[in-house]
Order: sequence, then C-alpha cells, then structure tokens
Amino acid sequence: MSLDAHLVVERTGFRLDVELTAEPGEVVALLGPNGAGKTTALRALAGLTPIDGGHVVLDGRRLDDPAANAFTPPEHRRIGVVFQDYLLFPHLSAVENVAFGMRCRHVPRRAARERAHAWLDRVGLGEHARKRPRQLSGGQAQRVALARALATEPQLLLLDEPLAALDARTRLDTRAQLRGHLRAHPGATVLVTHDPLDAMMLADRLVIVEDGAVVQTGDAATITTRPRTDYVARLVGLNLYRGRSDATVVRLPGDFTLTTATAQDGEVFVAFPPAAVALFAERPDGSPRNTWPAVVETVSRHGDNLRIELRGPITVAADVTPGAAVQLELAPGRKVWAALKATEATSYPA
Amino acid sequence: MIRAPWATLPQRLTQPGVLAALRLSLVTATLATGVSLLLGVPLAWLLARTRFPGRKFARALVTVPLVLPPVVGGVALLLVFGRRGLLGGWLDATFGISLPFTTAGVVVAETFVAMPFLVISVEGALRGADARYEEAAATLGASPWTVFRRVTLPLIAPGVAAGAVLCWARALGEFGATITFAGNFPGRTQTMPLAVYLALEQDLDATIVLSLVLLGVSVAILVALRERWVGGAA
Repeated sequence: MSLDAHLVVERTGFRLDVELTAEPGEVVALLGPNGAGKTTALRALAGLTPIDGGHVVLDGRRLDDPAANAFTPPEHRRIGVVFQDYLLFPHLSAVENVAFGMRCRHVPRRAARERAHAWLDRVGLGEHARKRPRQLSGGQAQRVALARALATEPQLLLLDEPLAALDARTRLDTRAQLRGHLRAHPGATVLVTHDPLDAMMLADRLVIVEDGAVVQTGDAATITTRPRTDYVARLVGLNLYRGRSDATVVRLPGDFTLTTATAQDGEVFVAFPPAAVALFAERPDGSPRNTWPAVVETVSRHGDNLRIELRGPITVAADVTPGAAVQLELAPGRKVWAALKATEATSYPA
Repeated sequence: MIRAPWATLPQRLTQPGVLAALRLSLVTATLATGVSLLLGVPLAWLLARTRFPGRKFARALVTVPLVLPPVVGGVALLLVFGRRGLLGGWLDATFGISLPFTTAGVVVAETFVAMPFLVISVEGALRGADARYEEAAATLGASPWTVFRRVTLPLIAPGVAAGAVLCWARALGEFGATITFAGNFPGRTQTMPLAVYLALEQDLDATIVLSLVLLGVSVAILVALRERWVGGAA
C-alpha cells in the first residue's frame, strides 16, 4: 500500500512538479505557504485534477501515467479524502455520510450501516449518528469526515488542512485524536497543511513545498534544526544564512564573518535561534567573538519576550526580555551592538 | 367576482364541458411537467456542468420559447410535427403516430412553452450547488450516475421543485401554442384557457365562471405545492 508519485501539473503562470513517496502506515505532511501548490498536489493524487506529467503508482498499480495516456477516475481509486471544509453531504445524517462510501462499493445496506455506526463509535460520535452535518460542531464534523474517509478502507488517505477550520481549543483535542487515528491507519497518509505544528505533531516525515517544488524533506528534528530556506527558517523560528565555511569561520555575503560551533568546509548554512542574540548599548568586551553594530528596525511581542528585527551587516531577529528592552531603550532607529555566542550557531552543508 | 353569476353557478359548474376541460387541463399540465422533468433536468445538467461546442447557442435556444409568441411556437410545432412536417411525416409513416390535434399534441405544445421555466430554474440551482460535494462523492467511490442520484439531485431538490411548479403553472395557462398545434376539440384538446376563449364569443357569464374555476384551482394547487415543496425546503 505504498505510494510513489511524481506530480506535474501545468497552469498558466504556475507549475507544480513534486515527487512524493509514502510507505504503508507512514504519515507524510506536505507543508508550505499558501499558493505553493499543496492542494493541487492533493487533488492530483485523488484524481480530481489530472496530472500533465509524471506518474501516480499506488500499491504497485499504475493509476496515472500521462505518457501512456492512463488516467484512473477518482471513483476507481482506493483513496479516501478529508476535505478542508469536510464537505459532509448536508442532506444525509452522520451515519449515512459514513455509510455512503461503503454503499457505493456495494456493501449491503445493513452491513454498511452497522460498520458506519462502529466507525462513529470509534471517533467518539456514537450518540450523534442521526444528526445532520449542520447540527454538528466543527470538531465533530471533522471526525465524521475522517470516519467517512476511513470507512472505505483506503490504501491512501489524504487530508487537506484537516485542522484549519477549527478554533484553537478544539484544534488541540482534535489534533491529538487525529494523531491516534492516523497511527492506526494501515495505509499511507498524505496530509497538507500550512501549520508547522500540525505537520510536526501528525507526520513522520515532512515535505516542504514552495512555488510548486519540493525544497526540503526530512523528519521534524531535521527540519527544525537545519532549515534550508528562509520560509522554513521563519516557520521554525531560526535565523538562517548561507555562506562559505573554512573550519569554524563562515564568510557571509558582504564580507561578514561568523564563528560557529561546528567545523565545516565549503558552502554551508548557518542557523541560530533569536534568543542566542544578545544586545548591548556599547561594544561588549570579553567572550563573544561574533559582535556587530546594528540598528533596530521593528519591535514586536513574541510570547513572553520581545522580538527585535535588526538591520546591519546581516539582518537578524533577536529575542530580548521586556526588562532588557526598557533598559536599552529599544525603539526603531536605536543603534545597538549585537553579540552571538559561537556555541549557539550551527553550520551544516548547503 | 362582482359580475359572477352566483345564482346559476352550481349548474354551470356541473356542465359536462366545464369538468371535461378542467380535467383535461390538469392532466395535460401534469403530463407536460412530467415530460419537462424527464427532458429538462438532464438538459439543465448538460448546460450547467459540461462543456461542449455550441453550449452557448444551446442555452439561447432553450430560452427561445420564452420570448417567442406562443402562437408562433404552435406554428413551429406544426411545421416540425405536422403530417408533412420534418419529423411528423416520418413519425406517421413509421409508427402511425400523428401529434397535431390530439391530446398528446396538447402535452407537446405545453411542454414546448413551459419547459424553459424548469430548465432555467434547475440550471440556476445546479450552478448554485457546490460541485465539490460531487467530487467528495467521487472520491468515496460513487459512479457519475450515483453522484447525480444521491448527491446532486438532493442538493438541488428545492430548485427542481420550484422549477416544476413554475412549469406546471405555465402549462396550465397555455393557450396560443395549444390552439395552434392541437386545435380546440372539446374533451380532446379543449383545455380551460381554450374553453374560456370560446365562451367569450358566446356567453360572458360562462366566461366568468370558467375563469373563476381556473383561478381557484390553480391558486389552490400552487399554494399547496409551495407549502409542501418550495416553502418547506427553504
């Protein structure tokens, strides 16, 4: 029940070209900004948008292959989809919604109903079986949509922004439950999200898509510590630069050098968290080797601290406590000295 | 209302001609609505959900009976289904069927004039319905026919019902195309509007009675249908 896909979809002014694999039981998250082509990729897998090139192979079966003029319509794929706004049929009750897919696959009426009830019990909605979708809360509708997709026992489960339509509180509960259901699903799962937290909590592997192309793949630990694009760095809250490394000294564009904790040679990325940057009114003397003059660009709240965007030889984000900010009189235009401990900066091959 | 001959109303109402015309009107309008549903709903689906060459032209063609004077529509039907018409000759020769001046002809004339109301209403409902529900159904393994039957139709049911009511009401009042294509034979093709017109030339009181009956019956049925279908579903 493994997925092997190379999706090429051409639109005027946009091209999606993404390679994607998923093993049975594996949860892969497609993470990317809005308009990156994540939903297009999902629709292509489901057969709702035909691909213009590449292939989709599921469980050894070649579903799509434009080169060989092969296309499998959605109803003949063993793929379950949970849509962003769920799309529960408004004229059917919860249990009828869940039974719909089984009825379409010729499961007898009684058996389909019994199994649908069992599925609703499994997602904790047994007592809501007779309700219409409009009588369900957002979280409940999400679980009915999940039950409806899983009830057909798909080889591949697709989820489009499964938690985006929920409020913060419901989201937390639903995410935990969804995680459990995805773990229990024997087939492959591909989920699409623009929320890094959802992606890291739910998926075994992340595939990051920007402008229709894959820019980075890996597990949550790799992505969070070793971002490879500005978008990913922003997502995981790191400062990221690219330069040439000679042992522990990295030369960045503009002849600026940073000393890092790791020794590398050649093209590298340097990443460090905003909290590793310290700000001083005067040039500090002593241990930190990386110091440079900078000008405060913006000051904004970030959790309990303040996030300071700095202009200078490199643009950098620094987190300081409100107390320190008051003491340094931080405001846009203020000139300060920034310092970074070498032990906080890591470099890795580009 | 004021000029209605209330004193003689009961015996006028029970005249066989009145009842026959009323029954014929109700039966043909209902049949015409049935035929319109059978042909009109798939046609509306084609117009709303598919792309084919000449779709815009087909859409314009559907609305032609709305702007065409019904008498002209009747003439057009005669030219097509008449004994020497385009299809009429073939129908007569192959099946021995001749439509003009028959009850079936009344149904054809009423369908011709009233079906656009249904098609436009259903097409609007289809365009308003979220096609992504149909996609969701397809991913659950539903064939296109199952999608249409179990998802599309229930979603657009209010639009279909409203269109059917409009269509029936238009068919019930149909005059021009009917008298041109099907003639005015009592008991066979003489519907209420035709009977009213005929009575107008002879007996004004009878005209008023017939008009009142037509008005009463159609209002009663429309109110009942609206409550049941259109109002209930909204």
